[in-house]
Amino acid sequence: MWVFLGSDCMFFGTLIATYLVYKNKSIVGPYPIDVFDIPTTSVSTFVLLMSSMSMVLSYAALRRGRIKAFRIWLASTAIMGATFLAFQVFEFREFAVHHVEIDCVEPGKLTEFETDIFNEFCTEGVEHYEGSHGLTPATNLFGTTFFTLTGFHGAHVTLGVIWLLGVLLYSFKWGITPDRDLDLDLAALYWHFVDIVWIIIFTVVYLFGVFEGF
Amino acid sequence: MTTLALPLPRPTHPTGIWSWITTIDHKRIGILYGVTAFILFLTGGVEALLMRVQLAAPEQDIVSAEVFNQLFTMHGTTMIFLAIMPLGAAFFNFVIPLQIGARDVAFPRLNAFSYWTFLAGAIMLKLSWFLGGAPNAGWFGYAPLTGEAYNPGHGIDFWMMSLQILGIASLAAAFNFIVTIINMRAPGMTLMRMPLFTWMTLVTSILLVLAFPVITVALIELMFDRFYGTNFFVTQAGASPVLWQHLFWVFGHPEVYILILPALGIVSEIIPTFSKKPLFGYPVVVLSGVIIGFLGWMVWSHHMFTVGLGPVANSVFAATTMAIAVPTGVKIFNYMGTMWGGSIDFKTPMLYAIGFVFLFIIGGLSGVMHSSAASDAQQQDTYFIIAHIHYVLFGGSIMALLGGIYYWFPKITGRFLDEKMGQITFWIIFIGMNITFFPMHFLGLDGMPRRINTYPDGMGWDLWNAVATAGVVFLFVGLAMFTVSAIRSWRNGKRASGDPWDGRTLEWSIASPPPEYNFEEIPTVHDRDDWWSTKRRRAPAAVPVAGGSGENGHDIHLPQPSYWPAVVSIGLLVGGYGLIFNVAVAAIGGAIAMIGIYAWSFEPVNEPDDGAAH
Amino acid sequence: MTQEHNPAEIPDHTGHPSSSTYFKVAMILCILTAIEVGIFYVLALGHWIIPILVILSGAKFALVVMFYMHLKYDHRLFTSAFVGGLVLAFLVVLTLMALFMWFA
Repeated sequence: MWVFLGSDCMFFGTLIATYLVYKNKSIVGPYPIDVFDIPTTSVSTFVLLMSSMSMVLSYAALRRGRIKAFRIWLASTAIMGATFLAFQVFEFREFAVHHVEIDCVEPGKLTEFETDIFNEFCTEGVEHYEGSHGLTPATNLFGTTFFTLTGFHGAHVTLGVIWLLGVLLYSFKWGITPDRDLDLDLAALYWHFVDIVWIIIFTVVYLFGVFEGF
Repeated sequence: MTTLALPLPRPTHPTGIWSWITTIDHKRIGILYGVTAFILFLTGGVEALLMRVQLAAPEQDIVSAEVFNQLFTMHGTTMIFLAIMPLGAAFFNFVIPLQIGARDVAFPRLNAFSYWTFLAGAIMLKLSWFLGGAPNAGWFGYAPLTGEAYNPGHGIDFWMMSLQILGIASLAAAFNFIVTIINMRAPGMTLMRMPLFTWMTLVTSILLVLAFPVITVALIELMFDRFYGTNFFVTQAGASPVLWQHLFWVFGHPEVYILILPALGIVSEIIPTFSKKPLFGYPVVVLSGVIIGFLGWMVWSHHMFTVGLGPVANSVFAATTMAIAVPTGVKIFNYMGTMWGGSIDFKTPMLYAIGFVFLFIIGGLSGVMHSSAASDAQQQDTYFIIAHIHYVLFGGSIMALLGGIYYWFPKITGRFLDEKMGQITFWIIFIGMNITFFPMHFLGLDGMPRRINTYPDGMGWDLWNAVATAGVVFLFVGLAMFTVSAIRSWRNGKRASGDPWDGRTLEWSIASPPPEYNFEEIPTVHDRDDWWSTKRRRAPAAVPVAGGSGENGHDIHLPQPSYWPAVVSIGLLVGGYGLIFNVAVAAIGGAIAMIGIYAWSFEPVNEPDDGAAH
Repeated sequence: MTQEHNPAEIPDHTGHPSSSTYFKVAMILCILTAIEVGIFYVLALGHWIIPILVILSGAKFALVVMFYMHLKYDHRLFTSAFVGGLVLAFLVVLTLMALFMWFA
């Protein structure tokens, strides 16, 4: 399993490298600063971190033979994983229909992308502009790399949730004993790995993404 | 404890085609790998033959320019992914468990899955010839040449889907061998007592595990570009075409070592055995192998010296590239040191091993020549590079693999490959190889570019092109003789004993061909070259281990055959085909694979009533 | 991302920490994330924010790997398999960034 995870490191390493190499290379918007919503993503990050905790607690419970606690913690891990996925789906949808609203008379401080829109749509006589300028994988390099990187992370989480539910189902149908903790351990390792990948993505993609001048 | 999720009877065919489809015996899988890869090797050879015929004289029009592009793409891809890698895998499969004193690999069903997936990837690639044209962008498929805009046909789609499937197969196999080698060694076999071939397999597998994800991501990016309109390699959107080159060679250079390290491992087995001397400087050879594996990661940009990365990057990569010649040279000297003063027995395997050393030195020297960025600017994309790659891959890998076939053939089949034919065949192939590839050095230095489908008269290239094409005839005669002799010897060659070469490693301590359970008693290892020291001591062949006291293997529990690995592989094949042509077909393929995985994961390794499940 | 082997820190004979350790680690992880998001709004830090964020997320990474994934208590060979992949991925990312003139 460790070997597999080492391999997966290279997988995400390459995806992150692609993202970084193409950072700030997009020709048209929207750019990260336009679409990212740090508070929302912080909440989903928190959920994923907590799921890692309930995962270890589930593992600890199994090792001590407390099957009921094991099931509760395992189920809550899977639920938190699903919550994280729901956040991600919500976020992707938000990005795809990204809404831009500009007061053409007093525009105030605009981002680069909003300035572009301002120049294009705030023609003579237009006082207020509203429109949808979504980000999809085909929009620009940011969209391409962002959706691929986070999408593959999401796919990993989905697989993890299915795996955890499989272990849970197994424990109900055929029972589980503390000496079979390896089955859970492997799932747990995978789960934590997905978590640490997110730790990096959150910092490198989200926080650095919104930070101006980087 | 568990019940079958899908009520399908367990396959129980002892012989016949179903026994091969459902087998999870590492020896049978090894044979499947070897035979399949050898056939594919011949198809790749035919592709090369067509190219050589086209280039034999100037301004010929035997194949069109478009077909020529497809030929060199398919030749490169076939030889690397469908011939040399799986031929190496054939030996991993057959030899590794025997060398480390194990009854099978760590995950036998995963092993079967690797083979069937490899076959699926091979079918995928070769299908392209019949379904609208083969890929035509070179084996490295540089972007944006592979983009939808410049390459609208399905050839590239087949290429990337097949590489993706082959990647899955290679990754699964590599995980399997790493775990097998780390966890399943016989008691007493410490890392520094492992046979060299096992060591090189370990390093190769680690390289595979770390290198393949990179090409997987690059191919996914290409796939998304082609199927879903993303912008990874679309220069109009600001993308850099150099990114593909980087990603490809980050994978591609370790890949080169994935091709050559198994060969070095095989040669490290053959030379001591036929010199009757232990390998000279064993720890140094191991260390050089590991260092090659490590340095192999730091040299990828030497494939891109002419891209314009700047003098700093070029110098750094030139220096690391030159450094990698050191451990390689160390190994060559160790081989010579092993032969020095030994009582050398010039049997066919030994001839191939010596041929390997000779040709690999030539290939290595031209490699050192273009490790200098300045001189590489002259050689980039000329026939000089073709000459180099064929000296290391044909003169290196293929010679060693052929030697390996001669060396382990008695173990695999219980019969010798015909020795007299072997000697003749070796010389024909050796001479043919030099006639074919040595003139390419001259052609390259005369400025003949790679990948041209023809050339005008009067460039001064006529003679050497004609010579190179003549050499291919030798190679084909040699390989045909080898094939015929292998088939004949397999049927009724001279019988071989369990230890026909006075071998050093554990695989020679058991019968030829080995029984299904390999070792009646799991041996205890006391020494490097353990089988030699066991024979010299005249001690009992093996020390019994608690719990393993089977009589003729009746009490030895082997994992049972299974349908599901092959089913999952079929699912991948159908799914890959569907992604190119029809989403509905892709969904069917995905469903087949899911059913296979589901049934596989709930299928116990052994039936409970077999008494082996716990 | 360092691999320390300090036997004194292993709490019980099974080589696995207790639930309260897990809980404490989780709390530290939360606090680190809160700090990350928090300092993000402290604009006065300017470019110093980048190394700080790198260090903080590196710490989180190490905590999860060492405690939750019990790498701290595992076999050396596995440690090196994983750390090897990790370091290699890190180096490749850095090299690619350098080659694409990221730091220029």
